[in-house]
Amino acid sequence: MAASLRAWLVDDSPSSRLQARLGRAWRIAGALSRNPLAVVGTVIILALVLTAIFAPLLATHDPLKQDLTQRLLAPSAANWMGTDELGRDIWSRVVYGARITLVIVTMVAVLAAPAGLIIGALAGYFGGWPDRILMGITDIFLSLPKLILALALVAALGPGIENAVIAIAITTWPGYARIARAETLTFKNSEFISAIRLQGASSLRVVLGHVLPLCTSSMIVRVTLDMAGIILTAAGLGFIGLGAQPPLPEWGAMIARGRSFILDQWWVATMPGFAIIVVSLGFCFLGDGLRDVLDPKSGEQH
Amino acid sequence: MTALSLKNLDISYGETRITHSVSLDIAEGESFALVGESGSGKSTVLKAIAGLAPDWTGSITAFGKPRSHGIDGHFARACQMVFQDPYGSLHPRKTIDATLSEPLSIHGIGNQNARVEAVMASVGLDRKFRFRFPHQLSGGQRQRVAIARALVLEPKILLLDEPTSALDVSVQAEILNLLKRLRREQNLTFLMVTHNLPVVSFLCDRLAVMRQGRIVEIADVAQLKQGALREPYSRELMQISATHAA
Amino acid sequence: MSTPLLEIENLRVTFPTPRGEIDVVRGVSFTLGRERLGIVGESGSGKSMTGRSILKLIRAPGRVSADRLSFDGIDLRNRSERQMRAIRGARISMVMQDPKFSLNPVMTIGEQIAEALLTHKRLSRREVGQRVLAMLESVRIADPERVANLYPHEVSGGMGQRVMIAMMLIPEPDLLIADEPTSALDVSVQAQVLDIIDELVKRKGMGLIFISHDLNLVSSYCDRILVMNTGQVVEECRAGELQNATHPYTRGLVASIPRLNETRDELPVLDRSAWASK
Repeated sequence: MAASLRAWLVDDSPSSRLQARLGRAWRIAGALSRNPLAVVGTVIILALVLTAIFAPLLATHDPLKQDLTQRLLAPSAANWMGTDELGRDIWSRVVYGARITLVIVTMVAVLAAPAGLIIGALAGYFGGWPDRILMGITDIFLSLPKLILALALVAALGPGIENAVIAIAITTWPGYARIARAETLTFKNSEFISAIRLQGASSLRVVLGHVLPLCTSSMIVRVTLDMAGIILTAAGLGFIGLGAQPPLPEWGAMIARGRSFILDQWWVATMPGFAIIVVSLGFCFLGDGLRDVLDPKSGEQH
Repeated sequence: MTALSLKNLDISYGETRITHSVSLDIAEGESFALVGESGSGKSTVLKAIAGLAPDWTGSITAFGKPRSHGIDGHFARACQMVFQDPYGSLHPRKTIDATLSEPLSIHGIGNQNARVEAVMASVGLDRKFRFRFPHQLSGGQRQRVAIARALVLEPKILLLDEPTSALDVSVQAEILNLLKRLRREQNLTFLMVTHNLPVVSFLCDRLAVMRQGRIVEIADVAQLKQGALREPYSRELMQISATHAA
Repeated sequence: MSTPLLEIENLRVTFPTPRGEIDVVRGVSFTLGRERLGIVGESGSGKSMTGRSILKLIRAPGRVSADRLSFDGIDLRNRSERQMRAIRGARISMVMQDPKFSLNPVMTIGEQIAEALLTHKRLSRREVGQRVLAMLESVRIADPERVANLYPHEVSGGMGQRVMIAMMLIPEPDLLIADEPTSALDVSVQAQVLDIIDELVKRKGMGLIFISHDLNLVSSYCDRILVMNTGQVVEECRAGELQNATHPYTRGLVASIPRLNETRDELPVLDRSAWASK
């Protein structure tokens, strides 16, 4: 069964669109699995997702339950990562924090990547004044420091996770628009795009159906690499109290709380910090691996 | 009947004028070649007819109907183009099936499955290639796909931009035979741009020699075969071709 | 002519792929004197790989092996990358297909040619200038002073290719490998460029390996021809005798080229039954 499925996937002459697509996905997955860093990255991201899904099973305590008699305990068999200043179990909070991180990262990707992709592709494809206006707006956003812009937006919208997500999304799309535009410019005059135009396809059809699919792979790579930055920005907002609000176990906010005890009770700040580092690294590794596999210049032929 | 007629066609790219008063009449079912060196404007003429070089004055008519400057669906049904480079003219992320179905979807033509199969058969592509991606095909197979894509809308006129110059000679022979057969079977009109005179001799009925944006001479291919072109520049091209034929 | 310039025996170039190793060159042997040798073949025949392996320009993971690979008595097989650099350019030069990708866009043509010379020889500034101008003149560039100060994007394709040839020939190598030197050019310019190569090769008594897909072109510019197919030499003959070739592949290839006075209704096609059933 497994062997025949594999044969079906690697078949040189697929007999349906579905088989062709799955075959391509299989080849990409195969190439990824031969890249050790990408495997490490995938394992970390997978662990993050599983932790988020099974948080109630993995957590040993209620992440919100305070117990002032148990405050600031060092890591032990009962509290694997120790407890914080309100006696909450840090391990359980880190585990539940995975959910918040995952939500932030996914929401930002879902909001910012398509917006950047479409704006960039339209600007690149049409050129002329649409390009100048769209890219002018993009440049305004790019010229502002990300964290400061996010800070200003959250300050205006009010603190909270939703607003943090919106603020981060607003600061990240311009980068994607730039990439999408650059990619579009390289393809726009290619013969296969000319051929589709000659068949009478509308501009919208050309952009959505033929230009965008070519930009997606570099976009996926870029978004994956940016995930680390997004997590750090979210943590930064949490750290200064503008992201997730207490008592939510957001990693950045947890570090902020632990800062007061960093010399005597190091684990309070270190454990969530460690989680941030591991997850960021995971996204970086996966992004690098994806870049090697998906990069159109290195080609799929080999 | 005249399939394609150009009158006083002046094409420009921005400030630069590429062609000067190009006039041509190509009969229905005829195979016509535009020959010349790079920079002669021969490819630009083809692009203007196709709609990829919209900045022109004069007139382009296909079967008596004047053509607008942009790309329009109606003209697309009557006239299609095959590009030079089979590696650059197919979308790298689309299967052959998607590439061939797309024109049908654009024009809302039904029965796609049967049409795609029929057009693949007519260009000699085995069914097993249908769901492959371009990178899984050889150069010759890709050019067959490009020809099939042009034919799937059942046009009357085919514009051919150096359709074999990127191919190996043995593959070139296959594609030339294919084009000849398709023209006979579907009563197509060809307008081919090339620098390769032997290919003209094999595939075409008449030719126009272009130089620096002007047509120098229009002749029958019989004249080319006998080495009886009149203009000195045409004879020069012929001479080079005879000694270093590609 | 007592010892050949280049001797190659059983040359193999191997590339690993996910489906096992593939030999792109499979046991090619030939010797070359100070003569003009043409290597003809279609894409994938291994002709370019053969040319590159002489200069050890096959990149990893590709591997080159040979029973003998010697140039002017030097065994190239065990030369280090550093030693090869001293040979490349100075003794064996290579002209590639497209001048646009081979010239440095931010250096003037004169500087690039001078650099090619200075990498291998120590000369005074004035001498270098003179040599560069003389070289440009010998590739039939009418006003060398002006052209030497131009940047690559300011010259045409044919001129660019002539500049490449000037760069490759100024250190006066013993062997020139020209890999499709004219396929990016117009036919009339092609003839000019080839005439220049031909003249320089003859005048300096160099060896020439001319790699091309174009049978007619090779037969009119070379003394001897090797026809390659799928990594092997299938035919070796004198240039003039190509029409009497014996191997079916060569004969098929010759027949499939259309002629200026074409009378055939259909061109004969190589038997590609393997292609249809694969």
